[in-house]
Amino acid sequence: MENREDRTAEPLILSDADLDEAIAKYPFLVVDCWAPWCGPCRMLGPIIESLAKKLQGDITFAKLDVDANPTTAQRFSIQTIPNLLIFKNGRKVGDIIGALPEAQLLKELNAYR
Amino acid sequence: METYDIIIIGGGPAGLTAGIYASRAKMKTLLIESTFAASLITTTDMIENYPGFPGGIDGFGLVERFREQALGFGLEIMQDDISEIQAAAPDLRSGWIAIGSQEYHARALIVASGAAYAKLGVPGEQEFTGRGVSYCATCDAPFYRDRAIVVVGGGDTAVQEALFLTKFASRVTLVHRRDSLRATAILQERAFANEKIDFVWSSVVEEIRGDKTVNAVRLKNLVSDRYDDLATDGVFIFAGYIPNTEMVSGVVERDQDGYIIVDDHMQTSKPGIFACGDCVKKLLRQVVTACGDGATAAFAAQLHVEERKGTLYPHRK
Repeated sequence: MENREDRTAEPLILSDADLDEAIAKYPFLVVDCWAPWCGPCRMLGPIIESLAKKLQGDITFAKLDVDANPTTAQRFSIQTIPNLLIFKNGRKVGDIIGALPEAQLLKELNAYR
Repeated sequence: METYDIIIIGGGPAGLTAGIYASRAKMKTLLIESTFAASLITTTDMIENYPGFPGGIDGFGLVERFREQALGFGLEIMQDDISEIQAAAPDLRSGWIAIGSQEYHARALIVASGAAYAKLGVPGEQEFTGRGVSYCATCDAPFYRDRAIVVVGGGDTAVQEALFLTKFASRVTLVHRRDSLRATAILQERAFANEKIDFVWSSVVEEIRGDKTVNAVRLKNLVSDRYDDLATDGVFIFAGYIPNTEMVSGVVERDQDGYIIVDDHMQTSKPGIFACGDCVKKLLRQVVTACGDGATAAFAAQLHVEERKGTLYPHRK
């Protein structure tokens, strides 16, 4: 995991190896599980980046390439991407499957507050 | 609020081709693409019937090329989700307003909003979406390495995606409501020759079952009325389309399935609204026909705009 103590506006880049550390560290973490072969994932990418900037210091956003990190995909039984895993206070509390418009995504995320 | 000559709704092959033609004709053109609904073609792993690419090309890559070409001619592209179309004035001569998160004014509109895969509407489908039910083989196939998959449908998309899925899955069972495939002959040949693909004819999926994820489908044979359960790890659904035309509901004429009715100039029932691509009523929905429609729609829209502005064929004056 990259060192993001300064809470930059960019999503973290996570891997199988450092996912748990991030789950423990950030009280409200959203992990965008994606892969380069997935068209809808590439549409969601800019939306995640935009939300990461707007919600900086509130919700932490991260990206995890499931192609390079198959363990995470298996661990959370991911069978469709894009798939947003939502963690609060160290626990998985839900997921959002498929690409959504920014406003709708924000609404669904707010439901986890 | 500035008024565009032409606003195109939709960023797939039809919309981008219209964008190439309109911006190259120096029309002040804006293309508005959905923030979440990807062009269906971007989820296709291989297109081998679009001329100019003898080895085939992936859908995403092809659309990226269209986009680059359109941007090169100065096409303006924005992301927004258009939910409604309104006339700018009651006489219909003042152009149209597309309404999304804001209002967009244009002298002519080109609706190229495409279609989405239809849902089967059976028990379990909604519940297991993302947990074994998928509508995008290129997205999700790698999660089914050495697993068994059911593909629903018998057209080009279903057979093409079934073939793609065999690269990952141990077995692919294609369930089709008819007793023969509708897919083009070369795809049929490949499917019949592929040892990983089985066929269940004259049958429909009645229910998708599972625990945390899908583990079976209940099939009904339409000839014998017999029910069978088939164990499977996933269900990929490519059985028909729903056109994305809600935004023009009550504005332009549509057929009973929601496809927009256009004439040979891609003109809808309202002056100044044109439509092209998968969202219009037509025989063949392919990238190449979407592009053809898009070019026609852009040219027809250009003539409409020039006529309204009084600048039709200015170089002849």
